[in-house]
This record gives sequence, structure tokens and C-alpha cells, in this order.
Amino acid sequence: MNEEQAPARAGSENNEGLQRNDFRTVLDLVEPGSRVLDLGCGDGTLLQLLRARKQASGYGVEMDQRLIMECIARGLSVFQGNLDEGLRDFEDQSFDYVILNQTLPAVHRPAYVLDEMLRVGKMGIVSFPNFACWRVRWHLLTRGRMPVDEIIPYEWYDTPNIHHLTVVDFEEFCRKQGVAIRRAFYFRQLSRGHAVTRMLRPNLRAGYALFVIAREP
Amino acid sequence: MTTHKPSTAAKQEEPSVGIVSPNQVRLFQPPHVLKLANGAALGPITIQYETYGRLNAKKDNAILLCHALSGDAHAAGRHAPEDPAPGWWDTAVGPGKALDTDEYFILCANVLGGCKGSTGASSTDPATGRPYGLSFPIVTIGDMVECQKALVDHLGIPKLLAVVGGSMGGMQALEWAVRFPEKIQAAIPVATTYRLSAQGIAFNAVGREAIFADPNWKRGDYYGGEAPASGLAIARMIGHITYLSDKSMHEKFGRELRHREEYAYNFETEFQVESYLRHQGQKFIQRFDANSYLYITKAMDYFDMTDNFPSLRASLKRTRAKFLLLAFSSDWLFPPQEMRDIAGALRANGADVTYLEIKSDYGHDAFLLETEEVTRAMKPFLRYLHRGGHGAHRGAAEGGVL
Repeated sequence: MNEEQAPARAGSENNEGLQRNDFRTVLDLVEPGSRVLDLGCGDGTLLQLLRARKQASGYGVEMDQRLIMECIARGLSVFQGNLDEGLRDFEDQSFDYVILNQTLPAVHRPAYVLDEMLRVGKMGIVSFPNFACWRVRWHLLTRGRMPVDEIIPYEWYDTPNIHHLTVVDFEEFCRKQGVAIRRAFYFRQLSRGHAVTRMLRPNLRAGYALFVIAREP
Repeated sequence: MTTHKPSTAAKQEEPSVGIVSPNQVRLFQPPHVLKLANGAALGPITIQYETYGRLNAKKDNAILLCHALSGDAHAAGRHAPEDPAPGWWDTAVGPGKALDTDEYFILCANVLGGCKGSTGASSTDPATGRPYGLSFPIVTIGDMVECQKALVDHLGIPKLLAVVGGSMGGMQALEWAVRFPEKIQAAIPVATTYRLSAQGIAFNAVGREAIFADPNWKRGDYYGGEAPASGLAIARMIGHITYLSDKSMHEKFGRELRHREEYAYNFETEFQVESYLRHQGQKFIQRFDANSYLYITKAMDYFDMTDNFPSLRASLKRTRAKFLLLAFSSDWLFPPQEMRDIAGALRANGADVTYLEIKSDYGHDAFLLETEEVTRAMKPFLRYLHRGGHGAHRGAAEGGVL
């Protein structure tokens, strides 16, 4: 699984990242011409895809200086910022979608960040690795050690992810926060297979989940 | 014009634009005088400038570089091989550098009110045949930008690829973006602000008071006699305190004494930090005019983009430029938050804007010292701007080796 972690850099820039289920799902969801904010946008691969394929006007927020420079090289608009400090420079309902892709486990204040997402955006897209996936459970059960694989690609002492969560945890969290889950997508691996909207026992079988969320009406 | 590559460049030396020579142009010849912000008219105005690299056939690779308070038109290279130091931003202007002279035509001009070849208080007033002194009108950042625009027109450049500047130079870059929106493609304001803070004005005011208090100042009428050197030196020392951070000062000097192990218990220049400031002051008086210092700091004090606008956002409405805003974490003179405010306002307007806060302990000086990080950001930004997506990633990688 590990060999899949390094995103393929070869090929046309506009195809880069297309093998990833989370990116493809987001691309399918976002209507052409949308205004998109990508929180924890990394090197800007997703934003670049959205710009090229959906003519989306987008901004990214990223903490890591080096990753921001990658975004600059792609001609993207990025703000250096810490999500835990909120989105104070952003106005209410100024984006169609606010994306939090594979970043939720890394934020210190998940409830606040989710709240800010839905203040600034009409809809939110949240994707994260499912810590209850059988592969993780099996690893813990048999080896008794924190798993390091595609789903959790960091050693416990060197991980930006401080809040591991499961599909069921997130669903319950949304209920408590007054957040409605509009759509759900599950995929077993990040860059293999494809995303499905229905999965038998997703909390056990999904390696990743992606939710479209909105403020409870 | 400039010699693009020096014939005698030492092979192992850092790439350089080599030997350059300054140019001068007389603009705003009467009756086409410049109407200043304060209502006065000024002309003719001499502007000193230097250029590096070549303007391409399409004339779309010109970048205007704006200098800070104590800078001048001499941004890169040397005027003569024996010059002890190159231009003020030689680390960032040259072949393969952040402002790559193999790719771009870089233009840098001494500001209106300056003392390095452009018309200022030390220039001769054509009406009297004597130096202007305090009869020189108060000028603003906007007036400086008007002169730069006239220079750009004079050189036949239809549109600038970018306007780049740090500190007061960044104010000019911002001013360009709103004053001549159709004339620039991008702006890179570095370590700057949209309006000088009360604290910034305060430091400038103390610097000016030091000059006023110097008996040699004589209400600005000192040309031909002793210059108010001690006043100007004190002003510069104050300036230097504001350019450093507490941490960088501590690391650079600590409580180190010079020439001795123990306290002398007298008032000699004893601590390293004292010696540094004194040295900076003494160096400065060799090359700068006290009246220019008064005029330029005043121009900074007056700078407020939100004047006559209900909000910062409204003041930035006119711009069409793409922005790269670079701030530095330990800069307390031009704090990152003010840059964030600019970025936020631009973004709210739907502008294409990237905001980067570079981690640095160097304080405000970081904009001249953190060359590697500035290059990593600026080079790919300009490359994308100039060439579109082609080779954009190569740009990022190249920035990394510098």
C-alpha cells in the first residue's frame, strides 16, 4: 500500500491527482464555476484540478510554507493560516463549497473548524481516514501497535493527526453540532478502486469516508 | 543602459548583473508639471534609475522594483569593480535570482524626494538657483508613484509585469495597483502596510526630531555648510532598532562588550549593540541627506490607502492585479496582521491573492535577509505570471536550490 502514498507527479498537470478517490469525488460534486475554499490545501493538486476541470474560482488555506510555494508555482491563490484560529478573514457564506480534505484529524478544534466552514460556505465537504476500518483494527489487534499504512501514514510520535475518528464518530459528531450530512461516499483505498455511496457496514469496511455537510435547516 | 553580463566576472563568484551605470531622465518639463497631492505643482523632475536585463520584443517582461526609505536606484551589481558592496538587493536581482535578469527587465528608480539622483530637497531649485531645502514641497507615496509611471511611459513600457517592493517600496506597489490598475499585471508588496501605524509614525517623528534638534540643521538650509550629521545618525539608529527583532538583537549582540571583559563604568561605546548602532549611524550620514530623510519619512506617515474610502476593501476595489503578499513573522514595524488585512480585503473583492507569512527572527530586516524564502515564493509566482502553467513546477524546484 505504501507505494501509493507518493502522488504521481508525471503526466499532464491537469490529470495529476486524478487517481485519488477523494479528489475525483470532489470533482464530481462541485458544479462548474463554483467558488471553492480548500482548507489544508497542501500542494494545491485538488485546487488545480477544480480550476482546470470545473472552472472553479478557488482559494486555499495552508499552514506549511513549502506547500504554499508549490501552490504559488501552480498559479493558485493561497493564504497562509492556521485553521484552528478560524477563518476570521473570510466573510459569511462567501463560498459555495468549503473543503476539508484529509485534514480534520489534524485540527485542534474540530467543532470550531466545522462551524467556521459552514459559516463561510454554503456546503462543506469533509473527508478523512476511517480509524475503524478493519485493516486498522486488525493491525491493532494482531500487533498491538499503532498502524502505519496508507490510511495512517505516520508514526504515532510524528503525526499531524491528533484526532483519529471513525465514520460512526463523525455521524454522531454532526448530530451533536447541528450539522446535516447531505451525502456520503466511501472508498476502501485512496488511489485504488472507486468511491461508492452505499456500502455494507462502512464503519468496518471503508478506508476513507467523504461527507457533504450543511447547516441543519 | 546596463552591461548585461560582466566580461571580467570571476567564475566562482555568485551570479551578478555585473557593472552597471545609472541613468537620469528629466520628466514633467513645464508646462507639463506634476500636480502633487498637496496641491503644489512641481517640474521639471529628474529621476535617476537603473535597469537590469533586457526588455523583450513584446515588452511584457518589465518589473518595477521600488526601494525602501533609505534605498536608491542602485539595486544590483556594482558601478565600478572596486565598489565595496553591490546594490541594495543584489541577492535578489540578477541571473537566476528571485528577479531573474535572464527572464525579466528590472527597473529601479530613486524616489521623488530622494537624494540619490532624483529631485529632492537637496536638488537645485530652478527658480532660485539654490538647493530647495524646506521650500521643497511635501510629497506623498502617490506622488512618487506618479513619477515612476512617467518613467515607465518614457521607456515605452505599455504594461508592467509586476511592481515589487518591500517596506516603503511595498506601499508604492500597493499604490500602483490602485492608481494604475490597467498598467500592472501583478503586485508583490513585501513587509509593508496599507497605512502606517501610530507606532510607525512615532518612530519616524522621533527621527525627525533628532534632525530638527541638530544645530547644523538650520531649518534645512545647511547646504554648503556642515550637515546635521549627528541628528541624522540618531534618526538612523532609531530606525535600525525598529528593523531588528528582540530575538535577532539578542542573538547578534547579547550583552557582549567590545574590546574588554569588564564594565568600564563610563559612557564610552561599550556594548556591541551600541557600537553597531553607532556604526550604522556613521555609515548612513556619508550617503544620505537629512532633509530627504524628513521628506521621505513624512511621505510614509501620510500613506493611508483608506483615505477617502469607507473601508480597506473599498479602497482596493479598483485593482485588477494578481497579488503575492509576503510578510515576516517577527516584523513588528510592519506586522503580518496588516498584510493579512490587505489579503483578506483583496480576497473579499474576489482578487487573485496569495498571502505568505515567512517564519523569520530577523524582524523587519527579514525582507532583505530571507533571500532564499523570498526567492522560493517570488520566482515561481513570476514564472507562472509570465509563462502561464508551463514549467511552473520547474520554477519551484529551481527556487529550492538557490
